[in-house]
Amino acid sequence: MVYENPDGVRIGLEVHVQLNKLNTKLFCGCSTKYHDSEPNTHVCPVCLGLPGSLPVINEKAVEYAIKIGLALNCSIVEQTQFHRKNYYYPDLPKGFQTTQYDFPIAGEGKIIIEGEDGEHVVGITRAHMEEDPGRLQHMGSIDKSKGTLINYNRSGMTLIEIVSEPDMRSPKEARRYLDKLRSILDYLDVFDGDLEGAMRVDANVSVHWGDRVEVKNISSFKGAERALLYEIMRQKNHIRRGGEITMETRHFDEARGVTISMRTKEEEHDYRYFPEPDLVPLRVADRVPKVRETLPELPDAKRERFMEQYGLGETHARALTTEIKVANFFEEVAEKVDPKDAAVWVSDILKGELNYRELSIDAFTVEDIVAVVELVTGNKVTEQSGVEIIRTVLDDGGKPQDIVEKKGLLKVEDDIVATAVEEAIAENPEAVADYLGGKEKSLNFIVGKVMQKTKGRADAREAREKVLAKLKE
Amino acid sequence: MITKEEVEHVGWLARIEIDAKESDAYAEKLNSVLGYFGQLDEVDTEGVEPTYHVADIVNVFRKDEVTGSMPQEEVLANTEHKQEGNFKAPKIM
Repeated sequence: MVYENPDGVRIGLEVHVQLNKLNTKLFCGCSTKYHDSEPNTHVCPVCLGLPGSLPVINEKAVEYAIKIGLALNCSIVEQTQFHRKNYYYPDLPKGFQTTQYDFPIAGEGKIIIEGEDGEHVVGITRAHMEEDPGRLQHMGSIDKSKGTLINYNRSGMTLIEIVSEPDMRSPKEARRYLDKLRSILDYLDVFDGDLEGAMRVDANVSVHWGDRVEVKNISSFKGAERALLYEIMRQKNHIRRGGEITMETRHFDEARGVTISMRTKEEEHDYRYFPEPDLVPLRVADRVPKVRETLPELPDAKRERFMEQYGLGETHARALTTEIKVANFFEEVAEKVDPKDAAVWVSDILKGELNYRELSIDAFTVEDIVAVVELVTGNKVTEQSGVEIIRTVLDDGGKPQDIVEKKGLLKVEDDIVATAVEEAIAENPEAVADYLGGKEKSLNFIVGKVMQKTKGRADAREAREKVLAKLKE
Repeated sequence: MITKEEVEHVGWLARIEIDAKESDAYAEKLNSVLGYFGQLDEVDTEGVEPTYHVADIVNVFRKDEVTGSMPQEEVLANTEHKQEGNFKAPKIM
């Protein structure tokens, strides 16, 4: 099946990734751990743009940038340098942003996603390094604002801007691309995606192969999908009414779920890029082999290995390798119990319970899930009780073995079930007669009695079979 | 040649108000500067690598080690416009 793309949708994404796992900012020794701090407490003369201050590049930031480039299958440039992008806006006190221009650190690459019609390749145009601007907070609503508060704690944080080709054909594919990118970055351990502002998205969208519109201010992946759905609908309606789409920049209003035109007089040549005289060029080519050695096994490779090594189906392998933490968790579990059982319990059951509670895999221990799997596969508790144990651990805490005891979840021995069956039949002659006389429902009544006598610890299906067998005697 | 309109545009980019009288004067001065660059342009630079930096060095790095920041009072010492630890600017759109 080939996806027809009936509306000729083309989406390209620019993702800003903040390398918040570095200890310091890109050009100065200010700490990156500002997220819970008072405003303007993580700034120095360099990120404040004070006259006479001089930037010096963070070596680790360059390593991380190369690592990201390699993981996205990009070519890495021989030599690069930083440029000044000049614009006057108080989010950067210097009057320019230090960024890369004609020699981005990483060139063309690609990411493979699950597209509308199977595997789909999204091209990466480039990935470059730049500094994050400070944070502006408008006092009051944006149109009636009385002033703007400026906090430079974020100013100078390392950003990697990853620019894709317009290869995505639907908002769903855009979402898959973002998820895959996040997954790869998590594997690389270069950033904490849960921190505010760790990944920010701008999108270019066009329909019917027309001019592209840029949508800015998208702050979440869910927001990206909504913004794109809205923008595609808006463009289609505009064309249907005889309008024409021209290049423009629009702002996504998350609260209202709409995009709004932003008039801008600045064109690219107005940025008057020129080489940053305060920073010497970077020769990165000779560093690449060493960084390549530090690359971990990435999601696609891990998925293939899980299928081969553990005999998992593609769905399980995919679900277990999306998050590096889940993948590592699974492998630990798979060492102790049958990998196929591990896959079912980690991927289908545990992940479901965690998602429902908006918890990450950190909320559960390998030891506990191994205990649950062993209890079930050892025929000590029913599958349903296994699920109940997981829920109890998550909601009330405790160890699986204690929960089994406290809740009396142990499956009862066969002979106890057999006794209960005999008793239930002996004590309810009418129901037995009804059943033998053709009333199917009376069987449920007798099975119910068995469950009552065993306090629900018998497996209901087994109890039913036993009652039937006894009645046939 | 730099026109009056270009002067006004550059002024806008720098958020500097330039009135009509000034823009004439600036255009004239900027054109004389450009004239000097015109002279530089006469030199034959065929086959010469562009020089971005006068010092022939690459890869000046620092380690990823925290060296500390300034106290908030010092950060805000140069402005009268502040509120709750923030710089305060006029409304921006």
